[in-house]
Amino acid sequence: MLRIFQFLYSLRSFLIFILLEVLAIWLIVANNSPQGGAFFNSSTAVVGSLLNTQSVVVGFFSLAEANEALLSENAHLSEELKMLRLFPDSVQIELDSVFAATFEFKGARIISNSIRFAQNHLTLNKGINDGIKPGMGIFNAEGVVGRVKSVSANYAVAISLLNTGLLISSKIKSNNAFGSINWDGKSSRQARMLYVPRHVTALVGDTVVTSGYNAVFPEGISIGIISSVIQSGDPNYLDILVDLTTDFSKVRYVYLVENTEANEQDSLSLQSKIQDEF
Amino acid sequence: MNFKRLIKYSFLILIPCLVQILLLKNIALFGVAFCFIYLLTILSLPTTIPQIPLLLTSFGIGLLIDIFYDTLGMHALAATFLAFLRPFWLKIISPIGGYEDTTDPSISEMGIRWFLTYSLPLVFAFCLVFFLVNQWGTGEVVNILNKSFFSTIFTVILAIIVQLLFFKRSRGI
Repeated sequence: MLRIFQFLYSLRSFLIFILLEVLAIWLIVANNSPQGGAFFNSSTAVVGSLLNTQSVVVGFFSLAEANEALLSENAHLSEELKMLRLFPDSVQIELDSVFAATFEFKGARIISNSIRFAQNHLTLNKGINDGIKPGMGIFNAEGVVGRVKSVSANYAVAISLLNTGLLISSKIKSNNAFGSINWDGKSSRQARMLYVPRHVTALVGDTVVTSGYNAVFPEGISIGIISSVIQSGDPNYLDILVDLTTDFSKVRYVYLVENTEANEQDSLSLQSKIQDEF
Repeated sequence: MNFKRLIKYSFLILIPCLVQILLLKNIALFGVAFCFIYLLTILSLPTTIPQIPLLLTSFGIGLLIDIFYDTLGMHALAATFLAFLRPFWLKIISPIGGYEDTTDPSISEMGIRWFLTYSLPLVFAFCLVFFLVNQWGTGEVVNILNKSFFSTIFTVILAIIVQLLFFKRSRGI
C-alpha cells in the first residue's frame, strides 16, 4: 500500500497536470454550446466595466464614422417615413395588431468583439436591468449580427454570426427558398448557406434575408448576397457561399429584437415534439 | 529581498495580462499572426520553481485571459500544456554546468540564441494546442498550422523586444 502511495507521490506533478487539463476541457465543453449557461465570461461586473472603459476610449476615435452611419440610417428611415405618410387621407390601412405587438426593439453598444477565432463572441453594454434576455436577436442597419447568449445585471454576452456553432434560419429573397446560414470559420466577410435543395435556382447576386421561421428575428432582415453557387459533392444540397452585408470589424452600435411570443411558439413546437435548429 | 521578489513577480504577471487584454486582443497581423505576450510571464518564471506551483500559476493566468476572450478553458488548457513541457525542455537545453541558482531564463542572463531555442518550441506547442482546440470541427489543418507558425514568430519577436526594453540588466533583484 505504501508503495502505491509512494508511486503516486512521485507522479504528483503529472497527475496535477492531467487534472488541470481535464478541468480545462470540461470548461470548454460546458461553455461552448450556443445555449449553454455561461458562468465566467465577459458579462461579469468587473470584467464588463473594464471592457466598457476600454471601449469608451477606443470608441472616441471612431466617433466620426459612427456619426456618419447614424446619419445615413436616419436619412433612410425618414425616407421610409415619408413613404408611409404618402396616402394620409384615401384609405386607412389597419396594421395587424398581432404583428405590431410581436417584436420589441432595443439599442445597445458593443464593448468587446472578436472576428479572428472560430467561436467569436460579442459583449454588449446592456443587461437584465435594461430588459435584455438570453435568446434575443441582434442586428444593425447593415444586417444580422448575432444572438444573445447570457446576461448579467448590466452586461450581456452574445454569439456572433461569425461562430461555427450558430445557425440562422434564412431564405433567398427572390424565390423564398429557405436554408440555414452558418459560418465556416474562414473569412469574416463570408458565410455558407446550408440545406438549400438542388432544384432551387439560386443565382449569384441574390439577396439572402432572415426567414422569420425561428421566432428570433423578424422576417426580412438582410444577411448577405450570394457570391457563388456550386453543385458539388453533396447529392442533395447546393453549396452556396454568401458575402455578408455586415462588416464585423466595424460593428459598434446594434439593435436587439425580442419576439414577445417566442415562449408560446417554442412551447408549441416542444408540445408537438419538433426539434428546431436555431 | 523576498518582498521585492513578490512585487517583481506580481508585476510580471499583471502587466503582460493587462496588455494582452486591453491592447493585443483584437490584433491579428494579416489575419494569421496573433500575439500571446502573456506567455512571457510563464516563460520567465525562475528555473528553480517547482512544477506544481508552475502548473497552477499557468492555469490561473490562462483562465484569466479566457474570461476576457470568452473562450473559457482554451487558453488555460494550452498554457498548462506549455507549463508541463517547460521543465523537460529546460533540462534538455541546459548549458554545461547547469543553471545557476535563482537564474531567470531571460535574454540578459542567458543570451539571445539560448532564448530563441528555449522559447520558439514552447510557444509553438502552445499555439498548436490553442488553435487545434479553437478551430476544432472546422477541419482546417493548413489553417491551424499557418496560424500557429506565424503567431509563434510574432509572439517571440515581441517577447524579445519587451525584454530588451523593460527587463533590468542587473542580476539579483
